[in-house]
Amino acid sequence: MSTTTATVTTKWWSGGKSPFNVEYGKVMMWYFLMSDTFTFGALLIAYGTTRFATQGWPDPNHVFNSFPGLGAGYPLLFVSLMTFILILSSVTMVLAVQAGQNMNKKGVVTNLIFTIIGGLAFLSCQAWEWTHLFHEGAWWGRNPFLNADGTQSTTNFTNFFFTITGFHGFHVFSGVVINVIMLIMALNNTFEKKGHYLMIEKAGLYWHFVDLVWVFVFTCFYLV
Amino acid sequence: MSTEIALGAGAGLSTELATEHHEHHEHHQSFITKYVFSTDHKMISKQFLITGIIWAFLGGLMSVLFRLQLGYPDSHFYWLQDVLGKFWVDDGRITPQAYYALVTIHGTVMIFFVLTAGLSGTFANFLIPLQIGARDMASPFMNMLSYWFFLAAGLVMLSSLFVETGPFSGGWVAYAPLSALRDASPGSKSGMDLWLIAMILFVVSSLLGGLNYVATILNMRTKGMSMTRLPLTIWALFFTAVIGILSFPVLFSGFILLIFDRNFGTSFYLSDIFINGVGALPNEGGTAILYQHLFWFLGHPEVYIVLLPAMGMASEIMSINSRKPIFGYMAMIGSLFAICILSFLVWAHHMFVSGLNPFVGSVFVLLTLLIAVPSAIKVFNWLTTLWRGNIRFTPGMLFTIGFVSLFISGGLTGIWLGDSAIDIHLHDTYFVIAHFHLVMGVASMFGMFAGIYHWFPKMYGRYMNNTLAYIHFWITLVGAYLIFWPMHYEGLAGMPRRYYDYSSWESFKQFAELNRFISTVVIITFAAQLLFIFNFFYSIFKGRKVTTKNPWGANTLEWTTPINPGHGNWDGEIPEVHRWAYDYNKDGREFIPQTEPVGADESQH
Repeated sequence: MSTTTATVTTKWWSGGKSPFNVEYGKVMMWYFLMSDTFTFGALLIAYGTTRFATQGWPDPNHVFNSFPGLGAGYPLLFVSLMTFILILSSVTMVLAVQAGQNMNKKGVVTNLIFTIIGGLAFLSCQAWEWTHLFHEGAWWGRNPFLNADGTQSTTNFTNFFFTITGFHGFHVFSGVVINVIMLIMALNNTFEKKGHYLMIEKAGLYWHFVDLVWVFVFTCFYLV
Repeated sequence: MSTEIALGAGAGLSTELATEHHEHHEHHQSFITKYVFSTDHKMISKQFLITGIIWAFLGGLMSVLFRLQLGYPDSHFYWLQDVLGKFWVDDGRITPQAYYALVTIHGTVMIFFVLTAGLSGTFANFLIPLQIGARDMASPFMNMLSYWFFLAAGLVMLSSLFVETGPFSGGWVAYAPLSALRDASPGSKSGMDLWLIAMILFVVSSLLGGLNYVATILNMRTKGMSMTRLPLTIWALFFTAVIGILSFPVLFSGFILLIFDRNFGTSFYLSDIFINGVGALPNEGGTAILYQHLFWFLGHPEVYIVLLPAMGMASEIMSINSRKPIFGYMAMIGSLFAICILSFLVWAHHMFVSGLNPFVGSVFVLLTLLIAVPSAIKVFNWLTTLWRGNIRFTPGMLFTIGFVSLFISGGLTGIWLGDSAIDIHLHDTYFVIAHFHLVMGVASMFGMFAGIYHWFPKMYGRYMNNTLAYIHFWITLVGAYLIFWPMHYEGLAGMPRRYYDYSSWESFKQFAELNRFISTVVIITFAAQLLFIFNFFYSIFKGRKVTTKNPWGANTLEWTTPINPGHGNWDGEIPEVHRWAYDYNKDGREFIPQTEPVGADESQH
């Protein structure tokens, strides 16, 4: 890195340059992610307060215990697979970003394709899980599951589950679309012409954020 | 490959492009690219401003209509019925449904479309690049999108006025269940759908704009423009944008849940409810209080989104026209920051009577009253800036002083309302209306007027008419106090907000004449705003031309640009900055522009 010599004497905040040594798009992306943190934060806190104000809640180990082809009796196995896929896609995204920093077009393309496949796989898993729950009678405003103590449960279990995982799924979908655009741009040599792969880094930031949010969503709905 | 080299190349490229743009745009630019789909921040700012003025006119007109009902409950306005139709006016009287629709849309429009988009949208777009020394916003395209989302939001809201069941009528806060149940009132049907769509479009617009403002201020300051040399307008707009970025998403989340409650059978905000004529609803387990929390987590920061730009512009205009440095520059920044942080920690003071735990309430009382500290710092700094200044009473300056006056008058009652014990008595009375209209509504409006009168020469290369401006100022200032001051008394006497007709209550009959007085002043004050609108549009085309670059003798960078700057703002190089923005009457010189290098024997400020 040739930056080390330059940074010693530079006054970063005195104007004429970016104080963070990044172009504006990345500043925007960070602020957007903060904004989106508040969106998800609000939804999850709303979920938390409602749940705490409610007597009883279904047991996730009981509700989410099916695996395609194997049937019921595998608590949280499927969602663990989903989570693993999404985290794996974050790894390939890191590799794509790194390849971009090395101006390695082939590496960017390969890893972006893996990331897109990971994203699509996650979405497909979610689609399967939703379909499965739907056939069990769960949907917005409908909750077939009993509380852990056997009493009647409120519909807010399914209401929040579908709304928040759906909202997260929408984010994953947007991420896949963004990555596809990045892939097309990489294949068209757009970044080679620009001389840098900074767009990939911004897409990467978004993708990691969506993964991180999933960790919280996963914790709130499947573990707690 | 280091990122810095890549960045350097990118930055060089963008300045190149900007200058290229500049020359390119001067010559062949069609009407569409220049006035409609413009990416020039100055044009976008004018689009925001004129759209805001149109909305201010409509929002103001709505208040005149519902004040007619409140001031003259027994009169029949048959001519109004001919104009507006039977939904709005029946038998010569504003219908109850129309009355509630009017107060709701008046609130929504004024707060979001006029004082958020109209104020931040106009002045953030106009001043940020000009005052920090940038050719345009970080992303001019996103900037354009921000305007178009705002316009779309406005058009959807406007369309809701024309649906059969009327616009939403449950108050600008859109509390559930009125907003969540279609059968709750006629306005809760398609009117509420359109209201929600409009507001979501508005949140998108606000996010696109806000990200741009923050990125531009952080990244694109010209050489020498350190953060502590920024004019206070820019600091205020920066914090405004940050507050918007962090608070609007929470409202957005609240709206998502509301949409599901309305359309998909959920009950996030609904407990077991029985509606007359419909029967028991299947909803269970939700709570309307949840919506209030999500709403006010935006709702309270929102009043600072409305107020901070006005504070920033007031600081700037006041310093220029007092020919004195702003008093306590760093304290001004610090208090803006304190307000920014505290704005997120006080939302539940809107909910003291919602059944909130009194202990939680007491925490919110403390945090709320803490806001008095930075607010007082700002007020004292303004007053000390005026103190022994060589004041020039330009229209902009008058509105700035008016702003401070209104901020003090309205702010003091905030201390009353922030106290949960007093709030039990004052909650939802006219006292609240008086408080927030003075401190946030009219004060910010004054900030906006001050900004328009002050920067009009830079926007259009012409002056607005001073005589009309003075008339406008005095009628508006006196009118604002005559309208809202008496409301304190009504509120203390217990007169509730949001009632359609007070004449059937023995306790409130005594205010019939006072209400008539207020309504009469409303009509006069509204007429004075028409004067402003006339002045504004007339001056764009026929106003006295600006002949010097720096008509106010100001220090900031926007006055170093050509009188009518093109896209790119400066003809040659962007000027370098050598000092803060407030060197007025220093070392025997009336003003020293920021571009002037610091002399060897110059005194410290």
